[in-house]
Amino acid sequence: MAFKEALQSGKFTVTAEVGPLKGTDTTEVLEVAELLRGKVDGVNVTDQQSAVMRLGSLVTCHLLIQKGLDPIFQMTCRDRNRIALQSDLLNAHVLGIKNVLAITGDYPTLGDHPDAKAVYDIDSVQLVWTINRMNQGYDLAGNELQGKTDFFVGAVVTPITDTEAAFELQLIKMEKKIEAGARFFQTQAVYDVDAFARFMKRAEGFGVPILAGIIPLKSVGMARYMNKNVAGVFVPEHLIEEMSKAEDKAQRGLEIAARLIKDLKDLCQGVHIMAIGWEKKVPEILELAGLA
Amino acid sequence: MVRSEQKPFEEILDYLEGTKKVFILGCDGCAQASQTGGWPQVLEMKERLEGAGKEVTGCTVVDFLCQKALVASRLRPLEEQVMAADGVLILTCGIGVQAASAVIKRPIFPGCNTVPLGGTRGEWMGAERCLECGDCLLYWTGGICPLTACSKGLINGPCGGASNGKCEVSKEKDCGWELIYQRLKELGQLHRLKKFIAPKDYNKMRPRPEILSTSLWALEQRD
Ligand code: SF4
Ligand code: SF4
Repeated sequence: MAFKEALQSGKFTVTAEVGPLKGTDTTEVLEVAELLRGKVDGVNVTDQQSAVMRLGSLVTCHLLIQKGLDPIFQMTCRDRNRIALQSDLLNAHVLGIKNVLAITGDYPTLGDHPDAKAVYDIDSVQLVWTINRMNQGYDLAGNELQGKTDFFVGAVVTPITDTEAAFELQLIKMEKKIEAGARFFQTQAVYDVDAFARFMKRAEGFGVPILAGIIPLKSVGMARYMNKNVAGVFVPEHLIEEMSKAEDKAQRGLEIAARLIKDLKDLCQGVHIMAIGWEKKVPEILELAGLA
Repeated sequence: MVRSEQKPFEEILDYLEGTKKVFILGCDGCAQASQTGGWPQVLEMKERLEGAGKEVTGCTVVDFLCQKALVASRLRPLEEQVMAADGVLILTCGIGVQAASAVIKRPIFPGCNTVPLGGTRGEWMGAERCLECGDCLLYWTGGICPLTACSKGLINGPCGGASNGKCEVSKEKDCGWELIYQRLKELGQLHRLKKFIAPKDYNKMRPRPEILSTSLWALEQRD
């Protein structure tokens, strides 16, 4: 079943993320595609993730379609102005891509070309709005398209934050994205189920499916690094302790991820697994979570 | 010198929908020179607003609205008139509106757009910055400029990169959107954040030829 149909059928939906590498070598991505086929409902392809220059999302999505997967084309507002973004959306439609995820995008200074000029001509809410307009047959400027797009449009939300302002702003922006046409949400990584439940209490009334983010922990160092450096990711102390006590830390990381998925299952409509280099372990996580 | 132009009167009336009592604040600095916020324009605005059925609780012109201390001291004797208003219409540049709204504890309405001069601008007196975008958004953001207070210039809300209220681009800098949230919350105006703001017309950020025109430029125009 394709991603959109899976979500709309009410089935607990699973997506996984793949990140293209820096360079023209697609071996790894294609291997991952083989392993994920039939195991997940959709595959997100990141767009110059963390502002690090690499192979593009558009072409990688195309390769995934050839492999029989249903890609979710991630688009950030950092690198392209409204002309380039819309043109790539037309490109994506012609290549058979059905799903798009609109993101603001990390600032260039976070990546490997910190000298780059940031674009942000339009923001993520406006990008969702633009895609919706293109679905109706018009570009952002109101000109008619010869052949419209037909995208299933999603956006992101950070469900757990460190300040009240950030939390309320996430909810306000989420509502704006829905009004602009977002039909699904994928979230930043979740490790605290109670905190996520508090978010869902506020967000479930919006009536738009939410896929909770899962990042399997590889090590104690990774957990600490994310707590310190990645906005919106909070690994609770007890999980860090559990990791540090475990003999096989990698295995424990997968088990924790599977446990989180089980705990989240009744709270939201699906999970989005961002394995960050561990894509090949996604089937194992799903098996441990009883979703295989 | 910062150059401003008055917003179309219809836009100002749109902002003021549901607002009955208004205080008008002008600026005798650049706005006076731009003929957008000196005494003549303030009095004219008063008349137009009254003509549109609004009650003007008072009005004044401060030498430099970009100087927060000065604004505070000049408004002190007028506090009753200011507080009697549902909001304060400010006729000046983006910096002046931001500085004045940091001092005034009432909802604010920017009455002007700050237009680009193409690089040369006056000095600022405080933390406020204006990109001279030509279509001022301060109404929606409680008087804090999203184009300069947010490192990415996002205008529909934050990016999700902030940590403990600091921006993802620099830990030394507050997340502009969290500041906007706090300001609007204090004013009971959080609903203003719900409005979808369409993509900006960046063409308005290019200085118009007549603004750029120097004698050299004029010479270059001849063949
Ligand atoms: S929105 Fe910001 S940049 Fe634009 S005129 Fe207002 S203060 Fe200046
Ligand atoms: S952290 Fe805040 S100020 Fe910085 S780019 Fe994001 S929204 Fe803008």
